[in-house]
Amino acid sequence: MEAIKDSQGAVWEVFIQAKPGQPYRHVGNVHAFDKEMAMQNARDVYTRRGEGTAIWVVPSNYIVASSPEDIGSFFDPANDKVYRHPTFYTLPEGVQHI
Amino acid sequence: MTKQEALGKYLLRLADTNLILGQRLAEWCGTGPFLEEDLAMTNISLDLFGTAEALLKYACEVEGKGRTADELTFRRPEREFTNILLVEQPNVDFGATILRQLFVDAFDYYHYSELSKSSDPIIAGVAAKASKETTYHLRHSESWVIRLGDGTEESHQRMQNALNELWRFTDEQFEMNEVDAMLIEERIAVDLAPIKAKWLEKVIPVLSEATLQIPENTFMQRGGREGKHSEHFGFLLAEMHYIPRAYPDATW
Repeated sequence: MEAIKDSQGAVWEVFIQAKPGQPYRHVGNVHAFDKEMAMQNARDVYTRRGEGTAIWVVPSNYIVASSPEDIGSFFDPANDKVYRHPTFYTLPEGVQHI
Repeated sequence: MTKQEALGKYLLRLADTNLILGQRLAEWCGTGPFLEEDLAMTNISLDLFGTAEALLKYACEVEGKGRTADELTFRRPEREFTNILLVEQPNVDFGATILRQLFVDAFDYYHYSELSKSSDPIIAGVAAKASKETTYHLRHSESWVIRLGDGTEESHQRMQNALNELWRFTDEQFEMNEVDAMLIEERIAVDLAPIKAKWLEKVIPVLSEATLQIPENTFMQRGGREGKHSEHFGFLLAEMHYIPRAYPDATW
């Protein structure tokens, strides 16, 4: 666990699933000292207005993030390769979510 | 006392305990120890206000004098409120607030679960909804009492001080009088004796896990049922009633 720098506990990232079957989406973070407290805080801060039906909380320091220096090598190669998008096909009518 | 009068008193008593605790918790709005708890306490406050409003509306209907829930909330003097004394006790600090909450949540948890089987469909409905909310409230207060009681030297001491102060207000939750007797017979209200047994079974292990000592030979305080309140209550009402007194024509 990350060293606690103030009296509010470690930072945890919060993910909410709006409905069963849908992906969990990152909604923000909370402070907490343990799993149970992180879950309760996430519930109190992010689900007060019917935002979802399931919650994940993850300690922020367990998230592996790409760094800004990686932008070039990670993402630029995708910019000039239109053939990676299946835009040369005509989609049959009625096909959704593509 | 007719059955209707008994029902009116019963509804007011339940509503007032919710209302006043809601008001106490609302005092934390913007001053919580940190953002997450600030929201947690005001969330719980809103749940309690919701329950209180539903019960007050029904109380108005039962009373049949055309009064509204707002009038019952903002236009009654101190002696007409019949909440238990525990909920009007000052917040003091987060520890005392959360211990008071544990005592009420544990009671509500078992009480609403029984009350949701009431022969009165409105009471049963309100209790069923509140029962779900209370399950969460209890989980929240229980984990905090253990965390703080079995925490640092200072948090333990504050929790012990809170327990020494508040324990004497816990027994009033289980007090019954002729109102209860009448309504239990009609299967509208529930017998609080078995609720007390369950409450003790729940609360004592939590306090023990929190390494807290229940004070011995406590003289249990009472009086809320008859509108006899502690010295803190007038100040609470003064604040709660300020806006409608200053601006009688104000609307929501």
